[in-house]
Amino acid sequence: MKEFLELYQSKEQGFTITPDMFVDIIHESPEVTLPPKTAQELREYTSQLTFEKLDKPAIIIGMGTCGLANGAQSVYDAFQEALKKGNIEAMLIPTGCVGYCAEEVIVDIKLPDYPRISYSKVTPKDVPTLIEKTLINHEPLREKVLGIYSQGEKNSWGDLPEISTIPFFKIQKKIVLENCGVIDPENIDQYLIKRGYEGLQRVLKTMTPEDIIASVIEAGLRGRGGGGFPTGQKWKFARQSSGDKKYLICNADEGDPGAFMDRALLEGDPHRVVEGMIIAAYAIGATEGFIYCRAEYPLAIKRLKKTLADAERYGFLGDNILNSGFSFKLKIKEGAGAFVCGEETALIHSIEGKRGMPRPRPPYPTTEGLWGKPTVINNVETFANIPVIIRNGATWYASIGTETSKGTKIFALSGKVKNVGLVEVPMGTTLRQIIFDVGGGIPEGRQFKAVQIGGPSGGALPESVIDTPIDYENLKEIGAMMGSGGLVVMDETTCMVDLAKFFMTFIMSESCGKCIPCREGTKRLYETLERLTQSYKNENDPEEALLRFQGMVYIERLANVITTTSLCGLGQTAANPILSTLRYFRDEYEAHLYERRCPAGVCKELLTYKINTDKCTGCTLCAIKCPAEAIVGERKKAHYILSDKCTRCGQCMMTCNFDAIYVE
Amino acid sequence: MNEQSIFDAYSPKDTSLLIPLLQDIQEEYGYLPEDQLEKVADHVGLPLSRVYGVVTFYNQFRLKPLGKYVIKVCRGTACHVKGSLEILRTIESELGIKAGDTTKDLLFSIETVACMGACSIAPVIVINGNYYGGLTPKSIHKLIKQCKERG
Repeated sequence: MKEFLELYQSKEQGFTITPDMFVDIIHESPEVTLPPKTAQELREYTSQLTFEKLDKPAIIIGMGTCGLANGAQSVYDAFQEALKKGNIEAMLIPTGCVGYCAEEVIVDIKLPDYPRISYSKVTPKDVPTLIEKTLINHEPLREKVLGIYSQGEKNSWGDLPEISTIPFFKIQKKIVLENCGVIDPENIDQYLIKRGYEGLQRVLKTMTPEDIIASVIEAGLRGRGGGGFPTGQKWKFARQSSGDKKYLICNADEGDPGAFMDRALLEGDPHRVVEGMIIAAYAIGATEGFIYCRAEYPLAIKRLKKTLADAERYGFLGDNILNSGFSFKLKIKEGAGAFVCGEETALIHSIEGKRGMPRPRPPYPTTEGLWGKPTVINNVETFANIPVIIRNGATWYASIGTETSKGTKIFALSGKVKNVGLVEVPMGTTLRQIIFDVGGGIPEGRQFKAVQIGGPSGGALPESVIDTPIDYENLKEIGAMMGSGGLVVMDETTCMVDLAKFFMTFIMSESCGKCIPCREGTKRLYETLERLTQSYKNENDPEEALLRFQGMVYIERLANVITTTSLCGLGQTAANPILSTLRYFRDEYEAHLYERRCPAGVCKELLTYKINTDKCTGCTLCAIKCPAEAIVGERKKAHYILSDKCTRCGQCMMTCNFDAIYVE
Repeated sequence: MNEQSIFDAYSPKDTSLLIPLLQDIQEEYGYLPEDQLEKVADHVGLPLSRVYGVVTFYNQFRLKPLGKYVIKVCRGTACHVKGSLEILRTIESELGIKAGDTTKDLLFSIETVACMGACSIAPVIVINGNYYGGLTPKSIHKLIKQCKERG
């Protein structure tokens, strides 16, 4: 599709539309009058953008990272080939992620005068059938239908459900994610038509920086990166700081394992984040900004680059934005892979080209930040909230959520849950609603055991507390934190000691090494857990047993020392995985410590491998494979495992063709 | 891009350009050769020790060349609860190297990453940009065999 701006800046039209005018037109400002012919053409163009009126079918394919990981590229190629072969005219449009990762690859088809229909789990094999049934015969392919998006079209698909009524979407409230998976993120006009950059235009024309800050404070927006600091306050401090130059930074260093909200936003609706940043820059008086994005997100970076170039071309970035006299330059900085760089002072050091190590605060970045100048750092999701606050008003925004936490929050739901995906719910929704209503519960008929919220800095919560309404304060009270929004669900096959060990491994290797409690303390914590789960070789060594008990006796004290004496957020929360699992799953630690067994059957070295003598055929395969020569037996007769020789490597279990080997 | 044009794109004596410059060099060579690091130090005006400090701080930078097949094993939380450690151990024992190393024939490298955001198909590995999800130790064996056959 050719861009409108491009169409109307060509001389043949005899009429030129400037970017500023274009924004006015698209948002139906009464001040702009157009020649009738141009107005008509514009209406036609915008109805194509919203897919309201089409002259040919549009095929919209979810091509975020998760879609691509599920094979969206081959589906795209299959469509391209099939359309060419059948000589069928249709538009192929890649979009971001609609959030329902479990159902990827998702393909939406919009036919002229039919509601947009969404298909799930599409493979290249389905493509010819889809084209034949839906594109040619105008029938739905029922077994693949996810739902439809009606906009009052003439024709109907029969009794298919509206997408907003299916359980995964029902209790969600899509404010920040409204465009993700709906628009083509690389097409700026599609963002504009969804009232994009309207907020920016409004603040530049009618609001002072102080108005904006007051509005963000009134809306009650709090930082979505984890800490929950009131965004408006932060801006106010930066506004009041004196300095010849101020900076604005978007923290897109989403290093938290199990979280992918920022990635989805940057891939699915990058203009929204950029608009939020420009408004913030105007409010605090920043003239230069950076988006610090993980290099592990190549697609997000690629789209951001295009977004910045387009925004500049339309006059939303650069010098004299929309003729307001305000100038703002925005650059992308690629992170180089360090979890601690999510901490604001470490991130600043990284942009300055140094090792990303935190420094003590105060002074806070709002007074002394990047290159010593006042700097505001906000998270991707925080910025993405700004345009809608300006557009719909602070009162509207403040009406969503709880007393202390306003608006919505995006969570990345994953782990042992049926509907893995990206979920946006109002603050105050309970974890149970997210896991069971949106997430569809635990697969394979297993039991819910715990949910890890807030990544390595958060905590694992058991069933007894998942009815708590989510907000910043409530989560802190039950021993977790909002964090960036990763929700990893676990069932009874997850060992909580092993989980704590997993997080300690992560934190230990990501500790920057600057201060001792974190650098040495996390290593000692890890060793304690390691002894609990892995010391079978020294089972009978009294000194080893003593160390094991000693470690557990002091583990809480050590954890508290790390929490209270570390310099930065990473260190202060480093012990949380252990503290929260100890609080709610102490019995599992006790089983590992006193009984030397792992109730979930995860910690391999505490397991005993045995052979079911009824099933064993004596094929000798396991005995040959065993590296420790721990399996004995005569050919064609049941074999046995010598427990004291066994190294619990599990090779025998993988080799056995008769499922005769089991663990206890 | 040749070596000189990489340096030309960055104005000299600006220490804030150190990380992007290193990223570009690694993009070109696949790793950071020692002689290049010396040139970088000269270019940005920092002692080599400081450059080395930055290189070893960030996970992205490598001081050794990579293999032809780069296997990235996701060690995010969702992958972990679905058995990614087992996957990693299997790959390590199949190839006889540890995560972070490259085989002697320069065919395989193993890396771990914190999260690739493809949690819906956990456990996930990425081989040269292609995603493989829902893996078991047995399917790993097959994947590696395929790579070896292709050489």
